[in-house]
Amino acid sequence: MTESLINFTFDGRALTAKPGQTLAAALLANGIKLVGRSFKYHRPRGILSAGVEEPNALVTVGEGGRSEPNTRATDLFVYEGLVASSQNRWPSLQSDVGSALQLVSKALPAGFYYKTFFGPPKLWLFYEQFIRRAAGLGPAPTEIDPDRFATRAAFCDVLVVGSGPAGLIEARDAVRAGKSVILVEQDAELAPSLLRDPQQIEGQNGREWAAEAAAEVRAGGGRILTRTSASGLWDDNFICLSEKLVEPGQVPAGEFTQRYWHVRAGEVVLATGAIERPLTFANNDLPGVMLSQAVRTYVNRFSVVPGKRVVIATTGDDGYLTAEALRQAGAEVVVLDSRAEPAGQDSGFEVHNRASPLKAKGGKRGVTGLVANVDGSERNFACDLIAMAGGFTPVVHLHMQAGGKLDWDEAAQAFVPGATRQNVRTVGLAAQPQPAETLGAAGNPKAAFVDFQNDVTVADLDLAWREGYRSVEHLKRYTTLGMATDQGKTSNMAALDRIARREGIKLPEAGLTTFRPPYTPVSMGALAGMATGAQAQPTRRPALHDLHAAKNPIWFNAGYWKRPRTYPIGSETLAQAGLREARAVRSAAGLCDVSTLAKFEVQGPDAVQFLERVCATTVGKLAVGRGRYTFMLREDGLVFDDGTVWRLEDNRYLLTSSTGGASRMATWLSYVRSHLCADLRVSVVCVQEHYAAIAVAGPKTSAIIAALTGAEAPRHMSVVEAHIAGAPVLLMAASFSGERAFEVHFDASHAAAVWQAIEAEVRVVGGAPYGIEAMELLRIEKGHLVVGPDIDGRLTAEELGLGKMLNKAGGYIGEACLQRPDFADQMRKQLIGIEALDGGAIPEGSMLVRFIGGAAEGHVTGSGLRVIEGGSIALAHLKGGQARHGEELFAHSPTRKQSVKVRATSPHFYDPSGERYRD
Amino acid sequence: MKQIACPHCGNRAQAEFVYERSADSVVPLDVAPAVAVAALFARANLRGVEEELWRHTHGCGAWLLIRRDRVSHEIEWIRPIGPEALP
Repeated sequence: MTESLINFTFDGRALTAKPGQTLAAALLANGIKLVGRSFKYHRPRGILSAGVEEPNALVTVGEGGRSEPNTRATDLFVYEGLVASSQNRWPSLQSDVGSALQLVSKALPAGFYYKTFFGPPKLWLFYEQFIRRAAGLGPAPTEIDPDRFATRAAFCDVLVVGSGPAGLIEARDAVRAGKSVILVEQDAELAPSLLRDPQQIEGQNGREWAAEAAAEVRAGGGRILTRTSASGLWDDNFICLSEKLVEPGQVPAGEFTQRYWHVRAGEVVLATGAIERPLTFANNDLPGVMLSQAVRTYVNRFSVVPGKRVVIATTGDDGYLTAEALRQAGAEVVVLDSRAEPAGQDSGFEVHNRASPLKAKGGKRGVTGLVANVDGSERNFACDLIAMAGGFTPVVHLHMQAGGKLDWDEAAQAFVPGATRQNVRTVGLAAQPQPAETLGAAGNPKAAFVDFQNDVTVADLDLAWREGYRSVEHLKRYTTLGMATDQGKTSNMAALDRIARREGIKLPEAGLTTFRPPYTPVSMGALAGMATGAQAQPTRRPALHDLHAAKNPIWFNAGYWKRPRTYPIGSETLAQAGLREARAVRSAAGLCDVSTLAKFEVQGPDAVQFLERVCATTVGKLAVGRGRYTFMLREDGLVFDDGTVWRLEDNRYLLTSSTGGASRMATWLSYVRSHLCADLRVSVVCVQEHYAAIAVAGPKTSAIIAALTGAEAPRHMSVVEAHIAGAPVLLMAASFSGERAFEVHFDASHAAAVWQAIEAEVRVVGGAPYGIEAMELLRIEKGHLVVGPDIDGRLTAEELGLGKMLNKAGGYIGEACLQRPDFADQMRKQLIGIEALDGGAIPEGSMLVRFIGGAAEGHVTGSGLRVIEGGSIALAHLKGGQARHGEELFAHSPTRKQSVKVRATSPHFYDPSGERYRD
Repeated sequence: MKQIACPHCGNRAQAEFVYERSADSVVPLDVAPAVAVAALFARANLRGVEEELWRHTHGCGAWLLIRRDRVSHEIEWIRPIGPEALP
């Protein structure tokens, strides 16, 4: 039988792999040992492991938007056409310029970044340029991912993580007990440990037993997911699964490339196994230094023998299994056993007891030898592969994420799962790891690596310890230990051992850092799922949306709402169209869709009592048919929203407030109603989407309204019922633009007819529809505030210039806090107007300074211009601003490199006495 | 993700609910300024069990009083409150 080979490339070199091989196995089979350069020092790195814990062999796979950086070569099954490339090297892996950093590694000790951050900022800006280039992993793709990611929810009685013998037995027994089961396996094969270590199970060949057990699970309705990582376990057994439908970088055969599962499980069984620990000695990061189990996996599962002369350094029994596998594959083996007892004396290998590694020799082509301490004296061993069997670290990540505690297993020198808070159980080797000794670090501490991926050495840990970083949580952050994409799967225990020895305490007393999801990296696309592009967030369209769309406006996303910004004519720019529309309002008339305003109907015998709590202005004096401007305070006394309140009937009011604050206001009114005024006889109903609303503004609008309704237009701040185009409407005379203006509120189902009737009349007098760009110009010139930039929840009514409108009788929410001493400080920010003195536009958001480089004393909240005369004006918050009218300042934006000389003024630039409101 | 047992809807994912505030931060109407300031700015902020106001915002909209351990997230009890509460 001839096996067909799979073609792939690594750094442009065409290679072949056998089916079922990982990229790491295929590279080793092709004699490639050097796979990447390290994060900080650009040291040559090879393949350490055969699993998801791999810190060294990280590659970028795939092309264009599909490319995926930092993919573990050990967790990637080769497919036809795979394109893989090494990372963090320039110009090539073999001759990497950055590897000169090895010589200057003294310049990058632990805490280098922190020390630099605390230096002068300019120094950091200088360093940053080359550090960003030199340190790092694969670049993120800049193109859009062409693939689709699916999201799926599921429920089950039992979710089993890991399909080794322990996991399979659990899944099978659960199915036999009539339970619904999901079994997940991160490998492509079930029970991958049986491929590494063939064994008999229940009197049967292990592989056949596993196949039968899996078949029984499936036949019993269980679901088995391979290439699926249980990435996180949360409260109430909510577990997320990241399922690869194709390999990273591969073109999907079906509709989706990955599927992200949200599962709620009755019980979670963790059969997650254990990860082998490296040993800490000089040059333990060279290509050709591997974990013992990994070596065995390459030999027994992938038929790749990674070395011919092998030294195995072991602290437990596992090294002998690897030695046996290598001997059968024809390799020469020496075992260095740290234990005093001659455990392998009759195994037929050359075995040395009380023996441990000191220093690996070699370079980017791999190891050539090992210096070891054998029973107190140094000995040299020539070799081309070093296998490390340093004991096992149970995979307790999910157990801890679910709030589980850890116990210390002295025999295994490992943390094992302890008490759990949720219905989570750990079985197999994750619960009972094999016994092993802990070996301390040996050899030159500057070349002995603890965290391979983040280039943390024993010397870095010692330095941090000397500088006072004793807590493991502090040490982790200072040295970046365990903070790489592998989350320290191979590094945590060695670091804890070092800290414990420095502190003179036992290892378990050193503590452990928190394991956070995801267990292995999850693609951003998988988390986003279908919520990308137009589906990334909801789009809310007002009732008049289609009429606007027919005019081809420039759109503006106001929160989720899609609103016209301007309606350009011909080749008009945004600014030109906005100014034309604003001028039409100032000189004749305009109409604007304001349907997105928050609107609430407040009804009941106690409606006015409710409103006098919510509104900081008087409401009780309103006659039926009248309305007024109002604003609302939070309990802390600061203004958070504004709007208008109208008395439609004796016990029926309409309250409007800002578009952006609509849902916050709905919650607030419900809170006040439910918790503060539960005894009032009042009902509050949000009618935001039930009513469409059109603003009609301009000096000629009274005539337009009269023509449309056949009756005289109501006077300013009055409301009447009328009909337009046959539809009943509420006609409210209120102005946001500074001109005589009306808001027409009506049932949204009549939106098109009413708009068209009004637009026809507006056109007759030379007016036009206007969008929110013109609305901004008009309201800034008039000094009307908007919630967000002007009313930002940080100023009091006094500071906003609204103090005279506060209800003198009190009783409104927030009143109690107005007495806070801080509010008496006259140097708090206050609302002002500013006008440009030298012509340029005033940059929005820019800071107000007395001189360029001076401290910010305020900021620009809204920038506009005088609609008819021209000239830049803006609204701003300025410390003590109300007493500083006339003062000259600079509006300075260092990010946009713009500065404009301005003068502080009153915020009312246009018709301050309000003559134009009235007929 | 945690599940919260809405008294009206049953067990629902926490994402449907919004934490609004601790129960001791509710400022009753017409209290003296010192009382309001204390409730808003000098809260106990206990490490342990506390009563909190939640709302089933993306569900039935009901307000809930929840007694919860803020370390373990364990919920002791849940009570509907306000005029929207069912009997």
